[in-house]
Amino acid sequence: MQGNTTNPNTKGSLDDKMLIVSSSPHLRSDESTRKIMLDVVIAMIPAMIGAIYFFGINAIKLIVLAVLSSVVFEYIIQKIFKRDPTIDDFSAVVTGMLIAFNIPANAPWWIPIIASMFAIVIVKQFFGGIGQNFMNPALAARAFLSASWPVIMSNYPLPGPDAITGATPLSIMKYGGGELPTMMDMFLGNIGGSLGETSALLLIIGGLYLIIRKVIDWKTPIIFIGTTAIMLMILGVGTSELPYHIFGGGLILGAFYMITDYSSTPITPWGKVVVAIGAGMLTAIIRIKGAFPEGVSYAILLMNVSGPLIEKFTGPKIFGRSK
Amino acid sequence: MKLENLTFKGGAHVSHHKEFTESKPIEVMKDPDIVYIPLQQHIGAPCDPIVEIGDRVKVGQIIGRTEAFVSAPIHSSIAGIVKGIVDVTTPTGVRSKTIVIESDGTGEPYQDMISRNSLENLTAEELLEIIKEAGITGMGGAAFPTHVKLSPPPDKKIDKVIINGSECEPFLTSDHRVMLEDPEKVIFGLKIMMKILGVEEGYIGVEKNKMDAVKALRESLKADDNIKVVTVKTKYPQGDEKRLIDAITGRKVPSGGLPMDVGCVVNNSGTAKAMAEAVLEGKPLYERVVTVTGNGITEPKNLLVKIGTLFEEVIEFCGGFKDTPGKILMGGPMMGLSQFSTEVPIIKGSSGILVMTEEEARPRKINPCIRCAKCLEVCPVYLQPLFISANALKNRFEEAGDYGALDCVECGACSYICPANRPLTETIRFAKREILSKRKKS
Repeated sequence: MQGNTTNPNTKGSLDDKMLIVSSSPHLRSDESTRKIMLDVVIAMIPAMIGAIYFFGINAIKLIVLAVLSSVVFEYIIQKIFKRDPTIDDFSAVVTGMLIAFNIPANAPWWIPIIASMFAIVIVKQFFGGIGQNFMNPALAARAFLSASWPVIMSNYPLPGPDAITGATPLSIMKYGGGELPTMMDMFLGNIGGSLGETSALLLIIGGLYLIIRKVIDWKTPIIFIGTTAIMLMILGVGTSELPYHIFGGGLILGAFYMITDYSSTPITPWGKVVVAIGAGMLTAIIRIKGAFPEGVSYAILLMNVSGPLIEKFTGPKIFGRSK
Repeated sequence: MKLENLTFKGGAHVSHHKEFTESKPIEVMKDPDIVYIPLQQHIGAPCDPIVEIGDRVKVGQIIGRTEAFVSAPIHSSIAGIVKGIVDVTTPTGVRSKTIVIESDGTGEPYQDMISRNSLENLTAEELLEIIKEAGITGMGGAAFPTHVKLSPPPDKKIDKVIINGSECEPFLTSDHRVMLEDPEKVIFGLKIMMKILGVEEGYIGVEKNKMDAVKALRESLKADDNIKVVTVKTKYPQGDEKRLIDAITGRKVPSGGLPMDVGCVVNNSGTAKAMAEAVLEGKPLYERVVTVTGNGITEPKNLLVKIGTLFEEVIEFCGGFKDTPGKILMGGPMMGLSQFSTEVPIIKGSSGILVMTEEEARPRKINPCIRCAKCLEVCPVYLQPLFISANALKNRFEEAGDYGALDCVECGACSYICPANRPLTETIRFAKREILSKRKKS
């Protein structure tokens, strides 16, 4: 009698119910790539509205073109490469918005499209798609545009209906040729500059949202901006000029939205600190000693490419190990 | 010393879902008609049966034992007739010789149970012998024989004993209810450990989501007890013993080491209660509190269940499944073991039965890693889970080992937090197995 009736495993009364058997854990948080990317989109909305307010209809046109073309390029290239489509994760939307933020508001319509193609196809998908791009795609596109169409990329419109172009505060400080805007205009964004980088206030509001939502760590932007300020002072920038350096030249945009890009920055806590310090120092050096009035983009790009090496040497110390 | 809100660095805030059962008093489940008692319920050597088919056994009678030191004897949980000795798969996936006993309905206790009422006349050796004979093992899940834990080699000086009442696993409330309903026994269990180890300092660490249990324990303490009830942050995996030691004492157990390497011994609160009952009532470990819970169960409960009762019967006692079950776990959702059948017996390490609905159990789509570094933030041992996992998926186990795969405690926090739903813990676990098996071969 034993063996049949006495072995519970062979009774088989659950046979008709299939249970899922898997390795633990069996619980997942409701975090998702899409939620994170949507948070970034939400964080950029105040600055986007500001850009439309300051630069008018052309800003809307460029933002729509950049976002649409980013999404379309991502879709097409993933079809060609036979990869799982990831356009529903909103990462291409983020890239598109950042591209629009990085070009002058009077740029011709094809500029955001070419920028999107470079960012999505070459920088992002050629290197393996989301999480694999070795540089921030939008910044790489900005650098690509600046090298290829330098006149378009350095011809900034001033806010207002008449679309007059003029120098940015940083180029005024470097080369002269105009009057510096008031501090208030500087902070609100009523100044010349690329589409989405001018309003420190609105960018900081979005940045705080990202910090509160734990999408980014507060240390990276603070260290980046702080190092830039200290380095500028070391290089002889006076306290009256310093605020223009902080609120202008895309530093706020770079510190909250660009250097914090997950793919192109080290994952290690100390790596993030090193990159933020490095980017701050480079920004100041390029601005003061270099040929350009602005240095945030190249500073971040240079730190992006040194990221993997920094990451390698800043791995956390494993719990309970002496070395 | 700070006694409130202690914690460790890292970890994740996991939604704890304890509302199902946290306010439900422990209910005694009716005795099953038949029990299946595996002879291997613990870490260590399996027991040999010392009864034969046809023998009559009583509640608490030893039915399996072995001479091996790292083992724990097995007792009958009901009175009745031994019907068979068969091979059964236990909830841990082990195939074990199992004694099948059919109840005679008398519930007659084994006569050898002796009760004592104080520790004073007992030596450390006698206490150890009582605990060993009572078959007590860790009741948090791993089921390591308790008398072994309480017999550290002489070169390890123990100066702190800690009761782990954090119960950081979501859904589970069995330790919570034990501490709330039986605080004196938990404290007495701690005193037994302190006496055996000759230690002056005792701690009970409880997560802050169980303040009623903290209050009950503190009220049961006497002034001269040398015991402190400390609260720890509600954060996963606070109940991992090395995290608890870190939170309470600030000592870091070395990589690959044991709590005794930093002078600590940690035991679960359910284990403390079992020790107290063994000494006070002469009661061996033949029943335990099991939290039966989840969205898939009709009436979630905290139940006192006889070892060897089938999951099936326990689930039925709780009103059965609410809907078609998707996944059934022994333990909590973070480290629990998924079952392929409900025809497995409750064992000493069964802290809970969690029934997940089909919807909850459905695997999510795995997306590419976005390098958000959340897995680094939550890892309690400060690994870089994404790299170990990526290497494991490419069969590069040496590299996975270089990233510290073997230090992983498999708590599951990285997989839990991953926004891309990547199977981080799962693949790291795989890498660990591969690394260890390669080591064995060479």
